[in-house]
Amino acid sequence: MTDSSAGHEQQASAAQHPRATSKAHAMVAGKMLALAVGMFGFGYAMVPMYDIICEITGLNGKTGRVSIAEAEAAQAVADREVIVEFTSTINASGSWTFRPTTREMRVKPGQTYQTAYYAENLTDRTTVGQATPSVTPSAAAKYFNKTECFCFTQQLFEPRASKDMPLIFIIDPDLPLNVDRVTLSYTFFNSPDANSTASLSPTLTGFTQEISQ
Amino acid sequence: MSQVDTSHDAHHGDHDHHGPAPGLMRWITTTNHKDIGTLYLWFSLIMFFIGGGMALIIRAELWAPGIQIVDPMFFNSMTTMHALVMIFGVVMPAFVGLANWMIPMMLGAPDMALPRLNNWSFWIMPFAFTILLSTLFMDSGGPAGGWTMYPPLVLQMGDSFAFVVFAIHFMGISSVMGSINIVATIFNMRAPGMTLMQMPMFVWTWLITAFLLIATIPVFAGAVTMLLTDRFFETSFFSAAGGGDPVMYQHIFWFFGHPEVYILILPAFGIISHIIPTFSRKPLFGYDSMVYATASIAFLSFIVWAHHMFTTGMPLAAELFFMFSTMMISVPTGVKVFNWVSTMWRGSMTFETPMLFAIGFVVMFTIGGLSGLMLAITPADIQYHDTYFVVAHFHYVLVPGAIYSLMAACYFWIPKWTGNMYDEKLGKMHFWISTIFVNVLFFPMHFVGLAGMPRRIPDYSLQFADWNMIATIGAFGFGFSQLMFVYIIFKCIKGGEKATGEVWEGARGLEWTVASPAPYHTFEESPTITPNTVTR
Ligand code: HEM
Ligand SMILES: [Cu+2]
Repeated sequence: MTDSSAGHEQQASAAQHPRATSKAHAMVAGKMLALAVGMFGFGYAMVPMYDIICEITGLNGKTGRVSIAEAEAAQAVADREVIVEFTSTINASGSWTFRPTTREMRVKPGQTYQTAYYAENLTDRTTVGQATPSVTPSAAAKYFNKTECFCFTQQLFEPRASKDMPLIFIIDPDLPLNVDRVTLSYTFFNSPDANSTASLSPTLTGFTQEISQ
Repeated sequence: MSQVDTSHDAHHGDHDHHGPAPGLMRWITTTNHKDIGTLYLWFSLIMFFIGGGMALIIRAELWAPGIQIVDPMFFNSMTTMHALVMIFGVVMPAFVGLANWMIPMMLGAPDMALPRLNNWSFWIMPFAFTILLSTLFMDSGGPAGGWTMYPPLVLQMGDSFAFVVFAIHFMGISSVMGSINIVATIFNMRAPGMTLMQMPMFVWTWLITAFLLIATIPVFAGAVTMLLTDRFFETSFFSAAGGGDPVMYQHIFWFFGHPEVYILILPAFGIISHIIPTFSRKPLFGYDSMVYATASIAFLSFIVWAHHMFTTGMPLAAELFFMFSTMMISVPTGVKVFNWVSTMWRGSMTFETPMLFAIGFVVMFTIGGLSGLMLAITPADIQYHDTYFVVAHFHYVLVPGAIYSLMAACYFWIPKWTGNMYDEKLGKMHFWISTIFVNVLFFPMHFVGLAGMPRRIPDYSLQFADWNMIATIGAFGFGFSQLMFVYIIFKCIKGGEKATGEVWEGARGLEWTVASPAPYHTFEESPTITPNTVTR
């Protein structure tokens, strides 16, 4: 009985050790292995789950996105004014100029506004940039909606090229009353596939990005 | 008897089961649970000194402010490696070794359910750790971003990162295989008639630990795989540039990481629940509540992970949820401490070495639990996070906690393993010297932590100098006093007063019904278990 994986002990051991059959072991081991494999999958499933939770709760300052039709349907709130501040950060790995064209705007919730960020490629290479937004306070994040944003897609820059990149946004009239100042911050990165300028096709990267913007 | 003899001849014809095979091959090819248990225990003892050596390098550097002995990068890889070695190379394998040795004997089973798998689970470990440790000698150096391996920092490591991930995968495979084996053994190999509620506490705590391992190690494997593909294959799970999020790593990691800390302590709870009743000469107080408390701790450990992330800017609702769920864990933990103390209440206590270590465990683990409770208070943790206070917390639960339980277990069961009593006088000395130094080492860390000294930094400002010097003295004292432990073990293997089968007066459980040293094969014939048999 020292080696129950031998498999031939079933009849012999029945009288002696009715408890130990290799079939029973295989059953338990199989179930446990399935649990282990399932949990490996669960680890990966946490990736889309995380993005969905962030989107629903506005956690992490991830902003919302609405269609133009929805934005036009919204009613402006005449007697309320909110200050929107724009800031920018350049990720250490990139060589860019990147800044908002307006530092601050006074806006009415429910009305659509347009502004832009200016970016310039400081290298002699064709480079792809990607901006990721974040809103503070995070409680305001899910009320900050954009109909058009340069952050929705990756931006291609010829060597030394520059451009103004538009941003159209609307603040949801349901923005909590205690919020009177919202800061929108963008970080500009070298896109990971910056060197393969030809392909802007959806990659694994593109997939997660779609959900998280 | 005649029936037993025939059946054993019938299916044992081809291998010798009366004793171990001679020579080195015995250890490489063995499928015997006692041999494998021994291998695990030696392995962790060796790793204990390797990890301890790293700790002494850290403490030597922290003897005084400024950078004096090692390069900061090397210091960082010491803190990282020390943690990885101690967690995955010492505490976990030691518990698996004890499980191998004791669970079949406690259940009245002849061996583990899957002996060949068992051999594999062990022999993967030395390879995994050779790979991990070898990164220290590679051009790009060992991992230096902390054992938690947060991106983006960890992704700045050189190419040897691939070896770290590879080693972690192998450790994970080993732990999962070991756990599957333990679950199969417990479910299928109990002596006929033994119900789950007749199982000894060590078996119960290991059953629950095995489930925790099987459920969380694969999540960890997934997280490091994502790091690997982010680093080498252009995915962007944790890179904001590609739409990923580094904070997400922390969620995935701690979803594993918090259950992991309970993996490191639940088997210890089991061991203590054997030793205190034995030396109090009373059955364990509140056995049922011990089982339920263990299960609730395991369950709760899945919903508290973000208490490691209070400073990442979670929404208020999440901070509150994780604060309260974390505090809830102290309820079942408190039940356990209460039961241990009640077991001692009015017992005829004696204070042999295992009991000293067990009492030391209860007292000092509780100190660690209390500092944990302080850390669970979100607004307080914003102050304490990443300071030496956290270092003090987890070292109190892990060193005079998990490690003490391992020492206690070795002293408690070594007469059963070797047939000889260890040297009681030296054992007691080992306990008292260790206990003094361990507090000299870790208690001052509370003070410097509350005063703001950050963890994982080789330099510190002047006002922390005195306490750090004291902690370093404690570290060297504690480290070198563990050589006593090695001496006592060798002495006990070589000889000593002969142990009886029962070893400890009135000890309860099936493992004490076999001779000392335990024969190479025990319980080839099942013991008879009735509802009145004392199995726990
Ligand atoms: C009463 C139960 C416990 C509570 C309430 C508790 C609470 C906490 C909290 C809130 C932290 C995070 C501190 C921070 O980083 O700011 C922490 C860290 C830690 N705890 Fe506990 N804990 C408890 C028990 C344990 C046990 C039993 C162990 C292991 C045996 C353990 C091991 C750790 C470790 C290793 C860390 C640090 C992880 C790292 O950042 O490297 N804790 N604990
Ligand atoms: Cu935790």
